[in-house]
Amino acid sequence: MHSPIILIARYTLLEALRSKLLWLFLLAACAALGLSGFLQQLALTESLAVQAALLAAVLRLASVFLLATFIVTSMAREAADKGTELLLALPMPRSSYLLGKLGGYAALAAVPALLFGALTALFAPAAQSALWAISLLGELWIVAAFSLLCAASLQHALPALAASSGFYVLARSVGGLQLLAHSQGSGPSWPRQAMASSIDGLALLLPRLDNFTRTEWLLYATGDWHALGMVAAQTAIYVTLLAACALCDFYRRNI
Amino acid sequence: MTNRLRPMASVPRSVWLLLACALLLQLGWRWNQNNDAVQAQPLPAPPPLAAVRLASLGDPLAMAKGWLLYLQAFEDQPGVSLPWRSLDYDHLAGWLETGLALDPRSQYALVAASEVYAGVSDPVRTRRMLDFVARSFHDDPTHRWPAMAQATLTAKHQLHDLPLALAYARQLRLQTAGVQVPPWVREMEAFILEDMDQLDSARIVLGGLIQDGQITDPHELAFLARRLDTLRRKLSKNVQ
Repeated sequence: MHSPIILIARYTLLEALRSKLLWLFLLAACAALGLSGFLQQLALTESLAVQAALLAAVLRLASVFLLATFIVTSMAREAADKGTELLLALPMPRSSYLLGKLGGYAALAAVPALLFGALTALFAPAAQSALWAISLLGELWIVAAFSLLCAASLQHALPALAASSGFYVLARSVGGLQLLAHSQGSGPSWPRQAMASSIDGLALLLPRLDNFTRTEWLLYATGDWHALGMVAAQTAIYVTLLAACALCDFYRRNI
Repeated sequence: MTNRLRPMASVPRSVWLLLACALLLQLGWRWNQNNDAVQAQPLPAPPPLAAVRLASLGDPLAMAKGWLLYLQAFEDQPGVSLPWRSLDYDHLAGWLETGLALDPRSQYALVAASEVYAGVSDPVRTRRMLDFVARSFHDDPTHRWPAMAQATLTAKHQLHDLPLALAYARQLRLQTAGVQVPPWVREMEAFILEDMDQLDSARIVLGGLIQDGQITDPHELAFLARRLDTLRRKLSKNVQ
């Protein structure tokens, strides 16, 4: 007898694979290769670097967008079909349902990470591509956990998608926002300092996703074990935090 | 579950008519836009670097590549191709600086400046590009000497400004000390001095290059020694 978590994870993964998501990942890979190949032809110099950088950026964005959209729409559909209520009526704790879903989405995230990581190996050393792929997996796990939290708590597709997109953009640009807030632009003033402190506070709550899946690993082979360790630690901490948030909310919900 | 559609006839004629009209309107609208008098847009000033970094969503390298490709494609606007001399070179230098700041290890912006945009037939604009290359070289001589060498050649052969070429060649020699560069990079200063008839200075630079041990290849050393002899002969002729 399998544990309910594994069963739910397995069926979540099956649902994703049967809803043509794999084809969408392949299509995204082909489109990214085509686009970056076209732009590479226009480059004056460093044409391979141009192609690798643009390919990596497009693949990363495509994988995040497709995974988050799938999670949010799948959870919203299940809630509308009363599938969630049916599953919760079974003799298992609520945590099994949520952790099973998270496990399924985490397994699903391995598909783009492997596929896109293999593509970047065409342009970069194998070890750096492997680091990039592992880091993409970590980034996708964080996005998957946040999308699950939003989908489970907001229960409607549109606000959940908007929140997930906002989280991703903010987590990727919070480093830049901090630089802007602390720049010596117009001199010190209390609204400016208050804003800088707010952004610093926000940065403490968010993962620094701009340290994940770095293009410079592919272009200049700067990735090392330390970078891998930082990515792994941040992923473990943040996925645990998001899962705990989602569980707290889910246990309180009247379903 | 079947996905069979109803026959075409089930769509009311008014809807077909609406579809045809909307399609014709769209085609006409775009046709009209294509026939509008084309007007080239000037190159705007680049946005602040911090804003560009923020827009890169934490991936400045990909942004740098896209940024420079956009700049490169700017001269080809719909229906019109802008000559380089119509671009605002101060803005252009700003765009290149932003591209270089986003990815400082890339040579793209420097190659574009020294080999493409400096090729314009306007000395003022060429100097603006060479100035950008020289300032960038100062920040990282180890990786940026090829663009600086190109700038030296452009100053000498395109601008025919030997003092500027000499200044660049001198920077190359002084700032690449201890850096792995081909010997000719450090020898440029001596040859430019020779072209300027400053034979004594050229002899000193060549002698210094031979003596300080930075050139180790025996053929290169023999060539420089022959060159030094030629300079000595020229100098003694001048004295007589």
